[in-house]
Amino acid sequence: MSGTTRHDRTHWGVYLLLMLGAALTLVPFAWLISGAFKRNEDFFTSTFLPRGEGALGIAWDKLTLDNFRVLLDTSGIVRSMLNSVFLSSVTAILATLVCAAAGFALAKHEFRGRRVVTGIVLAAVIVPPTLLLAPGYQLLFKLNLLDTFSGLIIPAIAPAFGVYLFRQAAASSVPNELLEAARLDGCGELRIFFTVVMPLLRPMAGAFMLITFLGVWNNFINPQIVLQSESKLPLAVAVSQLRGVYYQDYGLQIAGTLASVVPVLALFMLLQREFVSGLTSGAVKE
Amino acid sequence: MTRTAGRFSIAPWLLLGPFLACFGVFFALPLVQSVGLSMRQTFGPAASEFVGAANYRNVMADPLFWKAVRNTVVFTVGNVIIQLPLALLLAMLLNRPGLRWRGALRAIFFAPVLVGVVFVAMIFGVIFEKRTGLVNQALHSMIGWDLDFPWLQRYVMPAMIIASLWQYLGFNMVYFLGALQNVRKELIEASTLDGAGPWQRFRHVVVPQIRPVASFVVLLSIVGSFQLFELPYVLFNGTAGPDNRGLTIVMYLYQMGFDQGDLGYASAVGWLLAALLIVFALLQRRLAGEAGRGARA
Repeated sequence: MSGTTRHDRTHWGVYLLLMLGAALTLVPFAWLISGAFKRNEDFFTSTFLPRGEGALGIAWDKLTLDNFRVLLDTSGIVRSMLNSVFLSSVTAILATLVCAAAGFALAKHEFRGRRVVTGIVLAAVIVPPTLLLAPGYQLLFKLNLLDTFSGLIIPAIAPAFGVYLFRQAAASSVPNELLEAARLDGCGELRIFFTVVMPLLRPMAGAFMLITFLGVWNNFINPQIVLQSESKLPLAVAVSQLRGVYYQDYGLQIAGTLASVVPVLALFMLLQREFVSGLTSGAVKE
Repeated sequence: MTRTAGRFSIAPWLLLGPFLACFGVFFALPLVQSVGLSMRQTFGPAASEFVGAANYRNVMADPLFWKAVRNTVVFTVGNVIIQLPLALLLAMLLNRPGLRWRGALRAIFFAPVLVGVVFVAMIFGVIFEKRTGLVNQALHSMIGWDLDFPWLQRYVMPAMIIASLWQYLGFNMVYFLGALQNVRKELIEASTLDGAGPWQRFRHVVVPQIRPVASFVVLLSIVGSFQLFELPYVLFNGTAGPDNRGLTIVMYLYQMGFDQGDLGYASAVGWLLAALLIVFALLQRRLAGEAGRGARA
């Protein structure tokens, strides 16, 4: 490139540091993947794949699917996977609709009480969630919602920070003229929300849905407290129990972990751009 | 605005309805209830008796609580002073003009953010083992490190700071990267023409412009670190580890409320946690403010 000055060309030291960092970041992943396919007797004899006579100096014949076979047979992992998918997707969809509607109302409707509600939403963002664990548990007990999926889903569909994010998004990407035009055409308010507003909020809705899905998939403390039945546990709780029950079976623990991590990793690598933009949008105030 | 002010309209309340109902019942109500609950001793969720401020007094008098506070503060401070400068450095490296593979590198650094903390604990629980664990083995072969270094027996908080560094470095990097991309290029160029070196440019041009985001990231990091629970809980199979070295404030709350069934006592711990967080947040703001004045002077 003719326009490049010496300053623009990146120093090799920068690449060296970045590569070192990237390698350190990837090591636990490589260890996780190789560990899941190792037999327990080989688990600690090699750092990654067992060494041997095969191609690339690796004993390919020592690799096994046994960990996954045992995982499928002895633990309710399939059930837990379905539970996780169900809890995460239902919560993500409902939370997105609930927060988008509320955020839009706060950004684009003028009504008595708007400032109060907005103030409450902003204040709620800073309340540490652990403060609600004990009284929340007591409430679920009184409402007879302990050990139910509803007891996990309903409290999670109205996060204040979601309303805050959608309020920002609606303020900047929903033009008032469009709303007025729709009203002049005799469009009802709910129809306006679903057919005019939601399409405009799609980037934020996508990012927020992903963030919520990931948050529920990886959540541990709430299902740990609310659920008791083995058949209802999501992956985060079920897999953590492998560590206690099969404490010497490292291959099994690691296979369970890999099975829990890969689906979200694949999904999010696919949608990375949207996810990252959603994460940071709350930080930028302008 | 789209509505005449002062006239009552049902539409916004219809839109707010589902949020307000859920938020009211499952957030505001338990939040208010936790005040009263924190002054009761409970035996499981159903039975309780009023004890007044005794819960708060007992928490404050319990050496275990202070151990939990100390561990949590060590973890928080470690996270802020080790992880955040590294995240900023990483963001600055990734922000170099003309860098190749930027997208791929960013994706790699971000990947651990997607791994839930329970799964991080599953991975690092084995990686940090004595003798057989990856960390001791790698360090042993490189610098002759002690193979029996007791990460999970003695150096629990350092181990967790490292695990957390792996998990959240990319998360914080994303925020810093966003802030750096908003730094005005003209100012950098102008200061270069004025003969400012790299360090001076960083100190007097970049830092003032990324300060709002940096301050937000520090706050986020403090609040997040104070919630530490799953990592030690899963690492030590539902216990606080040897000699309570993995005990954190939230784990103390969990043990009291859910292992021992005193939700009132747990609520008192919750309020003390909130109070500590506020103190920390104010302290951070003051420190940031002083640093800001120092930079302008």
